Amino acid sequence: MVLGGSLGTLARYGLDLLLPAPGGLPLATFLINVSGAFLLGWLLERLAAAGPDAGRLRAARLTAGTGFLGGFTTYSALTVEAVLLLDAGRAAPALLYLAATLLLGAAAAACGAAAAGASARRRPDGVRLPAGPGPGDVP
Amino acid sequence: MTGAVVALAAAGGLGAGARFVLDGMISSRVRSGFPLGTVLINISGSFLLGLLAGFAASAALDRSFVLIAGTGFLGGYTTFSTASVDTVRLLKAGRRGLALLSGLGTLAGALGAAAAGFALAAA
Repeated sequence: MVLGGSLGTLARYGLDLLLPAPGGLPLATFLINVSGAFLLGWLLERLAAAGPDAGRLRAARLTAGTGFLGGFTTYSALTVEAVLLLDAGRAAPALLYLAATLLLGAAAAACGAAAAGASARRRPDGVRLPAGPGPGDVP
Repeated sequence: MTGAVVALAAAGGLGAGARFVLDGMISSRVRSGFPLGTVLINISGSFLLGLLAGFAASAALDRSFVLIAGTGFLGGYTTFSTASVDTVRLLKAGRRGLALLSGLGTLAGALGAAAAGFALAAA
Protein backbone atom coordinates (compact mmCIF):
# COMPACT_ATOMS: atom_id res chain seq x y z
CA MET A 1 0.00 0.00 0.00
CA VAL A 2 2.81 2.41 0.94
CA LEU A 3 4.75 1.26 -2.13
CA GLY A 4 1.68 1.90 -4.29
CA GLY A 5 1.40 5.38 -2.78
CA SER A 6 5.07 6.06 -3.55
CA LEU A 7 4.69 4.96 -7.16
CA GLY A 8 1.48 6.98 -7.57
CA THR A 9 3.21 10.07 -6.17
CA LEU A 10 6.16 9.56 -8.54
CA ALA A 11 3.82 9.18 -11.53
CA ARG A 12 2.01 12.39 -10.53
CA TYR A 13 5.31 14.25 -10.15
CA GLY A 14 6.51 12.98 -13.53
CA LEU A 15 3.34 14.14 -15.29
CA ASP A 16 3.58 17.48 -13.45
CA LEU A 17 7.01 17.96 -15.03
CA LEU A 18 6.02 16.71 -18.49
CA LEU A 19 2.68 18.40 -19.05
CA PRO A 20 2.49 22.10 -19.88
CA ALA A 21 0.39 24.60 -17.92
CA PRO A 22 -1.37 26.53 -20.71
CA GLY A 23 -2.16 30.05 -19.57
CA GLY A 24 -0.91 29.16 -16.09
CA LEU A 25 -3.75 26.66 -15.67
CA PRO A 26 -2.92 23.42 -13.82
CA LEU A 27 -3.63 21.01 -16.69
CA ALA A 28 -1.49 18.23 -15.18
CA THR A 29 -3.41 18.01 -11.89
CA PHE A 30 -6.70 18.18 -13.80
CA LEU A 31 -5.80 15.27 -16.10
CA ILE A 32 -4.29 13.28 -13.22
CA ASN A 33 -7.40 13.64 -11.05
CA VAL A 34 -9.93 12.88 -13.78
CA SER A 35 -8.01 9.88 -15.16
CA GLY A 36 -7.36 8.59 -11.62
CA ALA A 37 -11.08 8.83 -10.80
CA PHE A 38 -11.90 6.83 -13.95
CA LEU A 39 -9.34 4.15 -13.11
CA LEU A 40 -10.48 3.84 -9.46
CA GLY A 41 -14.14 3.55 -10.56
CA TRP A 42 -13.09 0.84 -13.00
CA LEU A 43 -10.84 -1.00 -10.52
CA LEU A 44 -13.29 -1.12 -7.62
CA GLU A 45 -16.15 -2.32 -9.82
CA ARG A 46 -13.90 -4.92 -11.40
CA LEU A 47 -12.72 -6.20 -8.00
CA ALA A 48 -16.25 -6.24 -6.60
CA ALA A 49 -17.35 -8.38 -9.56
CA ALA A 50 -14.41 -10.76 -9.02
CA GLY A 51 -15.37 -11.71 -5.47
CA PRO A 52 -15.52 -10.64 -1.81
CA ASP A 53 -13.06 -8.05 -0.49
CA ALA A 54 -10.57 -10.48 1.10
CA GLY A 55 -7.20 -12.07 0.43
CA ARG A 56 -5.63 -11.19 -2.90
CA LEU A 57 -8.56 -9.06 -4.03
CA ARG A 58 -8.25 -6.92 -0.88
CA ALA A 59 -4.47 -6.68 -1.38
CA ALA A 60 -5.05 -5.54 -4.96
CA ARG A 61 -7.59 -2.93 -3.82
CA LEU A 62 -5.23 -1.55 -1.17
CA THR A 63 -2.11 -1.54 -3.38
CA ALA A 64 -3.56 -0.33 -6.67
CA GLY A 65 -6.56 1.62 -5.37
CA THR A 66 -5.83 3.11 -1.93
CA GLY A 67 -2.07 3.18 -2.57
CA PHE A 68 -1.30 3.92 -6.22
CA LEU A 69 -4.43 5.77 -7.38
CA GLY A 70 -4.89 7.42 -3.98
CA GLY A 71 -1.31 8.71 -4.14
CA PHE A 72 -1.56 9.55 -7.84
CA THR A 73 -4.61 11.78 -7.44
CA THR A 74 -4.57 14.72 -5.06
CA TYR A 75 -7.13 16.99 -3.47
CA SER A 76 -4.72 19.40 -1.80
CA ALA A 77 -3.05 20.44 -5.07
CA LEU A 78 -6.50 21.02 -6.60
CA THR A 79 -7.60 23.41 -3.85
CA VAL A 80 -4.27 25.18 -3.41
CA GLU A 81 -3.89 25.73 -7.17
CA ALA A 82 -7.36 27.27 -7.14
CA VAL A 83 -6.39 29.47 -4.16
CA LEU A 84 -3.26 30.63 -6.04
CA LEU A 85 -5.39 31.49 -9.10
CA LEU A 86 -7.83 33.37 -6.86
CA ASP A 87 -4.91 35.14 -5.16
CA ALA A 88 -3.71 36.27 -8.60
CA GLY A 89 -7.15 37.79 -9.24
CA ARG A 90 -8.14 35.07 -11.70
CA ALA A 91 -11.49 34.12 -10.19
CA ALA A 92 -13.15 32.84 -13.38
CA PRO A 93 -10.40 30.33 -14.32
CA ALA A 94 -10.22 29.21 -10.67
CA LEU A 95 -13.95 28.46 -10.47
CA LEU A 96 -13.93 26.83 -13.91
CA TYR A 97 -11.01 24.62 -12.85
CA LEU A 98 -12.78 23.54 -9.64
CA ALA A 99 -16.15 22.92 -11.30
CA ALA A 100 -14.64 21.04 -14.26
CA THR A 101 -12.54 18.80 -11.99
CA LEU A 102 -15.45 18.03 -9.65
CA LEU A 103 -18.00 17.28 -12.39
CA LEU A 104 -15.69 15.45 -14.80
CA GLY A 105 -14.12 13.53 -11.91
CA ALA A 106 -17.51 12.20 -10.81
CA ALA A 107 -18.49 11.48 -14.42
CA ALA A 108 -15.18 9.68 -15.00
CA ALA A 109 -15.62 7.54 -11.87
CA ALA A 110 -19.13 6.59 -13.04
CA CYS A 111 -17.86 5.80 -16.56
CA GLY A 112 -15.04 3.67 -15.16
CA ALA A 113 -17.49 1.67 -13.05
CA ALA A 114 -19.84 1.29 -16.03
CA ALA A 115 -16.99 0.13 -18.27
CA ALA A 116 -15.93 -2.51 -15.72
CA GLY A 117 -19.54 -3.59 -15.23
CA ALA A 118 -20.02 -4.01 -18.97
CA SER A 119 -16.90 -6.13 -19.38
CA ALA A 120 -17.84 -8.24 -16.32
CA ARG A 121 -21.24 -8.95 -17.90
CA ARG A 122 -19.59 -10.03 -21.13
CA ARG A 123 -17.27 -12.37 -19.24
CA PRO A 124 -19.26 -13.65 -16.27
CA ASP A 125 -16.66 -16.31 -15.51
CA GLY A 126 -13.91 -13.70 -15.35
CA VAL A 127 -11.89 -15.49 -18.03
CA ARG A 128 -10.17 -13.22 -20.51
CA LEU A 129 -11.32 -14.04 -24.01
CA PRO A 130 -9.08 -13.47 -27.00
CA ALA A 131 -9.67 -10.31 -29.03
CA GLY A 132 -12.52 -10.43 -31.49
CA PRO A 133 -16.15 -11.43 -31.14
CA GLY A 134 -16.71 -13.87 -28.30
CA PRO A 135 -19.55 -16.30 -27.69
CA GLY A 136 -21.23 -13.88 -25.30
CA ASP A 137 -21.18 -10.94 -27.70
CA VAL A 138 -24.47 -9.96 -29.20
CA PRO A 139 -24.06 -8.23 -32.56
CA MET B 1 17.99 16.13 -7.18
CA THR B 2 17.80 12.32 -7.32
CA GLY B 3 17.81 12.25 -3.53
CA ALA B 4 14.89 14.70 -3.47
CA VAL B 5 12.91 12.54 -5.91
CA VAL B 6 13.49 9.42 -3.80
CA ALA B 7 12.42 11.36 -0.69
CA LEU B 8 9.38 12.67 -2.59
CA ALA B 9 8.31 9.12 -3.43
CA ALA B 10 8.89 7.94 0.13
CA ALA B 11 6.91 10.89 1.49
CA GLY B 12 4.05 10.09 -0.91
CA GLY B 13 3.99 6.52 0.39
CA LEU B 14 3.97 7.79 3.98
CA GLY B 15 1.12 10.17 3.13
CA ALA B 16 -0.89 7.31 1.62
CA GLY B 17 -0.14 5.21 4.73
CA ALA B 18 -1.28 8.04 7.02
CA ARG B 19 -4.50 8.34 4.98
CA PHE B 20 -5.14 4.61 5.29
CA VAL B 21 -4.59 4.59 9.07
CA LEU B 22 -6.60 7.75 9.74
CA ASP B 23 -9.47 6.71 7.48
CA GLY B 24 -9.59 3.33 9.25
CA MET B 25 -9.69 5.01 12.66
CA ILE B 26 -12.44 7.44 11.67
CA SER B 27 -14.65 4.96 9.83
CA SER B 28 -14.39 2.42 12.66
CA ARG B 29 -15.72 5.04 15.10
CA VAL B 30 -18.27 6.77 12.90
CA ARG B 31 -20.30 4.20 11.05
CA SER B 32 -22.47 5.91 8.49
CA GLY B 33 -22.95 5.98 4.74
CA PHE B 34 -21.03 9.22 4.63
CA PRO B 35 -17.28 8.98 3.82
CA LEU B 36 -16.25 11.21 6.74
CA GLY B 37 -12.65 9.93 6.82
CA THR B 38 -11.82 10.92 3.23
CA VAL B 39 -13.61 14.25 3.63
CA LEU B 40 -11.64 15.19 6.76
CA ILE B 41 -8.37 14.01 5.21
CA ASN B 42 -8.90 16.15 2.11
CA ILE B 43 -9.89 19.21 4.14
CA SER B 44 -6.96 18.92 6.58
CA GLY B 45 -4.49 18.18 3.76
CA SER B 46 -5.72 21.22 1.82
CA PHE B 47 -5.25 23.40 4.91
CA LEU B 48 -1.69 22.15 5.38
CA LEU B 49 -0.75 22.60 1.70
CA GLY B 50 -2.28 26.09 1.80
CA LEU B 51 -0.10 26.84 4.81
CA LEU B 52 2.98 25.50 3.01
CA ALA B 53 2.21 27.48 -0.16
CA GLY B 54 1.72 30.61 1.93
CA PHE B 55 5.06 30.16 3.67
CA ALA B 56 6.73 29.40 0.35
CA ALA B 57 5.30 32.62 -1.11
CA SER B 58 6.39 34.83 1.77
CA ALA B 59 9.62 33.26 3.01
CA ALA B 60 12.58 31.60 1.39
CA LEU B 61 11.68 27.95 1.95
CA ASP B 62 13.94 25.25 0.63
CA ARG B 63 12.50 24.08 -2.70
CA SER B 64 13.25 20.43 -1.96
CA PHE B 65 11.35 20.70 1.33
CA VAL B 66 8.27 22.17 -0.39
CA LEU B 67 8.43 19.40 -3.00
CA ILE B 68 8.82 16.58 -0.49
CA ALA B 69 6.26 17.83 2.05
CA GLY B 70 3.76 19.28 -0.43
CA THR B 71 3.86 17.28 -3.66
CA GLY B 72 5.06 14.18 -1.79
CA PHE B 73 3.45 13.79 1.62
CA LEU B 74 0.33 15.96 1.27
CA GLY B 75 -0.23 14.87 -2.33
CA GLY B 76 -0.14 11.23 -1.23
CA TYR B 77 -2.20 11.96 1.90
CA THR B 78 -5.09 13.63 0.08
CA THR B 79 -6.95 11.86 -2.70
CA PHE B 80 -9.33 12.91 -5.41
CA SER B 81 -10.14 9.51 -6.90
CA THR B 82 -11.68 8.10 -3.71
CA ALA B 83 -13.67 11.30 -3.20
CA SER B 84 -15.14 10.99 -6.73
CA VAL B 85 -15.97 7.31 -6.34
CA ASP B 86 -17.60 7.97 -2.93
CA THR B 87 -19.81 10.69 -4.43
CA VAL B 88 -20.87 8.46 -7.32
CA ARG B 89 -21.67 5.59 -4.91
CA LEU B 90 -23.90 7.85 -2.81
CA LEU B 91 -25.64 9.05 -5.98
CA LYS B 92 -26.21 5.47 -7.14
CA ALA B 93 -27.62 4.58 -3.72
CA GLY B 94 -30.16 7.37 -4.20
CA ARG B 95 -28.69 9.44 -1.37
CA ARG B 96 -28.56 12.70 -3.27
CA GLY B 97 -28.21 14.98 -0.26
CA LEU B 98 -25.21 13.10 1.06
CA ALA B 99 -23.71 12.90 -2.46
CA LEU B 100 -23.98 16.67 -2.77
CA LEU B 101 -22.48 17.13 0.68
CA SER B 102 -19.62 14.75 -0.15
CA GLY B 103 -18.93 16.30 -3.58
CA LEU B 104 -19.66 20.00 -3.27
CA GLY B 105 -19.31 20.14 0.54
CA THR B 106 -15.80 18.67 0.47
CA LEU B 107 -14.76 21.03 -2.32
CA ALA B 108 -16.10 24.10 -0.51
CA GLY B 109 -14.62 23.00 2.82
CA ALA B 110 -11.24 22.08 1.36
CA LEU B 111 -11.05 25.29 -0.69
CA GLY B 112 -11.88 27.34 2.41
CA ALA B 113 -9.28 25.41 4.41
CA ALA B 114 -6.60 25.94 1.73
CA ALA B 115 -7.41 29.66 1.56
CA ALA B 116 -7.29 29.92 5.37
CA GLY B 117 -3.92 28.16 5.52
CA PHE B 118 -2.54 30.35 2.75
CA ALA B 119 -3.77 33.56 4.40
CA LEU B 120 -2.50 32.48 7.82
CA ALA B 121 1.01 31.78 6.51
CA ALA B 122 1.16 34.88 4.36
CA ALA B 123 0.02 37.13 7.20
